[in-house]
Amino acid sequence: MGKENRRAVFILMICLGIFPFFIRSDYYLSIMIFIGINAIIVMGLSLLMGYAGQISLGHAAFFGIGAYCSGVLTVKLGFSIFTAFFCGIFLSTIMAMAIAIPTLKLKGHYLAVATLGFGEIIYVIFNELLEITGGPSGLSGIPSIHFFGYSFKGGWRYFYLVWTVAILLLIFSLNIIHSRIGRALRAVHGSEVAAQAMGVNVSQFKIQVFVLSAIYASVAGTLYAHFVTFISPSTFSLFVSILLLMMVVIGGGGSIWGALLGAGILTVLPESLRAFRDFDILVYGIILMTILLFMPEGIFKGLTLSLIWMRKKW
Amino acid sequence: MKKSWIAFLTMVFCVVFISPGWAAYKIGFVASITGPASWLGEPEKNTALMLREWINAASGIRGVPIEIVIEDSKGMEADAVLATKKLIERDNVLVVIGSSTTGESMAMVPICEQVETLMISMAAALSIVTPDDEMKRMEASKKPWLEVPKKQRYWIFKVAPSDASAVEKIYIYCQAKKIKRVAIITVSAGFGVEGRRQLKRLAPKYGIEIVADELYGPKDTDMTAQLTKIKASPAQAVINWSVGPTQVIVTKNWSDLGMRGKIPLIQSHGFGNKSNIKLAGGAAEGVITPLGRVLYAEKVDPKNPQKPVIMKYKTEYEKRFKSDVSTFGGHAYDAIMMVADALKAVGADKKGIRDYLETKIRNWPGTGGIYNMSPTDHTGFGADGFEMMEVVHGEWEFAK
Amino acid sequence: MSLFSEILQFVFTGLTIGSIYSMVGLGFNIIYNATTIINLAQGEFVMFGGLIMVFLTVVLKFPLFVGFPLTVIVVMAIGAVFERFAIHPLRNASLLTLIIVTIAASILFRGIAMFIWGKDPYSLPPFTPGSPVMIGGAVIMLQTFWVLGTTLAIVVLTTLFFGKTIVGKAMSACSFNPMAASLMGIHVRKMILISFALSAGLGAVAGIVITPMSLMDYDRGPMLAVKGFCAAVLGGLGVGYGVVLGGFIVGLLESLTAGLIHSGFKDAVALVILLFILCFKPSGIFGSEEVSKIKKF
Repeated sequence: MGKENRRAVFILMICLGIFPFFIRSDYYLSIMIFIGINAIIVMGLSLLMGYAGQISLGHAAFFGIGAYCSGVLTVKLGFSIFTAFFCGIFLSTIMAMAIAIPTLKLKGHYLAVATLGFGEIIYVIFNELLEITGGPSGLSGIPSIHFFGYSFKGGWRYFYLVWTVAILLLIFSLNIIHSRIGRALRAVHGSEVAAQAMGVNVSQFKIQVFVLSAIYASVAGTLYAHFVTFISPSTFSLFVSILLLMMVVIGGGGSIWGALLGAGILTVLPESLRAFRDFDILVYGIILMTILLFMPEGIFKGLTLSLIWMRKKW
Repeated sequence: MKKSWIAFLTMVFCVVFISPGWAAYKIGFVASITGPASWLGEPEKNTALMLREWINAASGIRGVPIEIVIEDSKGMEADAVLATKKLIERDNVLVVIGSSTTGESMAMVPICEQVETLMISMAAALSIVTPDDEMKRMEASKKPWLEVPKKQRYWIFKVAPSDASAVEKIYIYCQAKKIKRVAIITVSAGFGVEGRRQLKRLAPKYGIEIVADELYGPKDTDMTAQLTKIKASPAQAVINWSVGPTQVIVTKNWSDLGMRGKIPLIQSHGFGNKSNIKLAGGAAEGVITPLGRVLYAEKVDPKNPQKPVIMKYKTEYEKRFKSDVSTFGGHAYDAIMMVADALKAVGADKKGIRDYLETKIRNWPGTGGIYNMSPTDHTGFGADGFEMMEVVHGEWEFAK
Repeated sequence: MSLFSEILQFVFTGLTIGSIYSMVGLGFNIIYNATTIINLAQGEFVMFGGLIMVFLTVVLKFPLFVGFPLTVIVVMAIGAVFERFAIHPLRNASLLTLIIVTIAASILFRGIAMFIWGKDPYSLPPFTPGSPVMIGGAVIMLQTFWVLGTTLAIVVLTTLFFGKTIVGKAMSACSFNPMAASLMGIHVRKMILISFALSAGLGAVAGIVITPMSLMDYDRGPMLAVKGFCAAVLGGLGVGYGVVLGGFIVGLLESLTAGLIHSGFKDAVALVILLFILCFKPSGIFGSEEVSKIKKF
């Protein structure tokens, strides 16, 4: 983690730390909580796509595995929240390996379809295992998080919980990028053949990153399930995977900070478009198009470039 | 002189700062106006807009206008959660009405329970108004088809008929027609799954055997394969449970496979929209379905207390929006009117409104049926809200 | 009803669904061949085809043979405009960005369609009225013949176009190496524009022929695009006949699973088989690994 990153993380922590002191509204805190949850998944995806150059259209499935593990194990089997959380991570890891090992040799569109297929299969399973998941009608009555007698019910407590997790994962991701693994990943992104020639074990790294991003999504799933206390398969459909992918690209594929920004913007945007009522989908489409047309490298890079440009000017 | 100035300023202060709180009764309204369930949200939203005008044109409630704050939940649970929180916190609504689908409503339930605000759902599932442990007790029972809930969620009501009521109406019809073996074909989305569960649960109660159990996806474009299997089964009737375009496609496929006259098609109450008949072309002839009375208001017996309500709603809605009335818009009508009645009686008192709904909504004619709310029933009516109707020459007629 | 005629029924259903997937897949393929982009707004072209046709023939009462070409032309124009205003300005951006642009476009198109047509589904009368035909105990709707016939005609036409005409050959050249193609005097910009218009037109045709059977609404596109995408990848991107066969395979698998196994698992079974095939043939059934190695995506 470089000096600039350290400073930025510090500023972000302070901003988030004081946020609930100024904004008391449960509504705004909920939006921030959803941003946090999305940011966790998108950071993982950004590691996978931006740094390892792999595309995934199936991450909503890992999000769902985390959520359903937490939901089903606590509601139906009476597991503790902690145990259920780790079961989710464990299951996601196994699934991620199972899908990563055979699809590794795929690239580009083929990999996209393979992950898409995986996501859809998991989606069908959520729908069809009526006895366990409750099927399309969903699973209700998931308990809210509490440990050591401390309950995380209520907006600001959950806000701190989600963002503590998000910041920890952010620091972890930034450390990975600036480590040997990160350099190896970027080498894989640049040219697989060249990386291999330099002694990088390409396939091993790819699996590791894929599993890591699946774990991120699973963590987010647990946080989602205990916050909304109700889950149904539609939250984990293919179109959510696509939305997550858009967050990565809109934010800026090649950077963790961009991922954070993308998650923030694409979560807030629909909320702020409520005024447009029925036509929000139209306005939403226009805004997305505009961002992509004028900042094809993502907002993060677009903003950085314009800042540099402004500094030169004045 | 000084005193009168102070009095005047106090008055101005009151008018400017205090009156906005009393300026209008605020009702929150969440519906899936866009997204996959938009055919539910659209008529609901239209109805809310129309009722606001009606009530305010009649100089409001107790002289205070009402304001209905409409939010779109897009068919997504997370959006429904945010919309509800926005309504409760930023708009300070007295009551939350919504949402259109079961999933969204279930996601809203804990929020409304936590802040102790009345919520009236427009979705059908019994689990919306019944606590989880009560649902579990009913499911665990040895004879689940005979169970009814004994407890309801304190702050949650719903105005749409439970799926079980429509199923019972269909099975009563089957019994009368000496139909003993049925095939069911359901969509694998919330509505269809709940319907399928109820169809299976209640079949033993009416001595009916389910001989084929087929499914299809909510975006599927062809169900010929599933219907072919049913055609080969010993079923005497086929029951389809879905909403939206898929039920029209099932109707078309059923007609094309030449099953009319041999295996009659019974649709769920979700078929309650005239445009379904038009979209199916001639294929809908002979389809039988349990329907709320609002759809054929003209044909309802004038002695029925629902008659004036549904006639007014139907004619006004069709005149204003140039589209056919649906039962879904009717749910919004019932919810808003119940709240309006409660406001008239108790004013801006959250607990008072809830108590009014539970204790004073008795023999209350709405578009869905005649409501009788009670502490053990937060839906208010059952199979009596429906009549079995048949499509004859593109019109609804009472099924013989 | 005998098992034979049941299976025959499933096969016909599968072929009908499959031909739609094939047409959507071919649309993907044309743009892919010229640009290596996967245009995820392809499903929206199908949706526009159906809805514009409804507007022309049902509302404006145009006869079929006027409405059909007119619809295709209008949708082709939409495709061309889309390329000019959204794809062309980003020709230097990364491929992933371009794919995301097509997703944004699909959202925008849906918004426009909802604005114009609302959220209700629409239907068209069948092209030839009349009762269904019985073949070996299976019931086949007349519209099915239209769908199958149209698919066949389109496959023949596109094969001829890419194999025999200069423009078609030039378009294929662009995808392998746009630089080399332009050095050979091929107007790459124009080729990309044509590919978008062509694939939009193809989508429109698909939309027109299925609307009488399965209705059309503003939200239909994404699902069709996903299925078509799977079909294209299964058959092998870039290989015309492979994509078409891929579409039929996916359609048949879905319908046979629904009929013979369990209808709830039909999407899953098709996808499990897809994953399985990709494990052994990473470039699809008919795709060439040599070719896919050259391509960046």
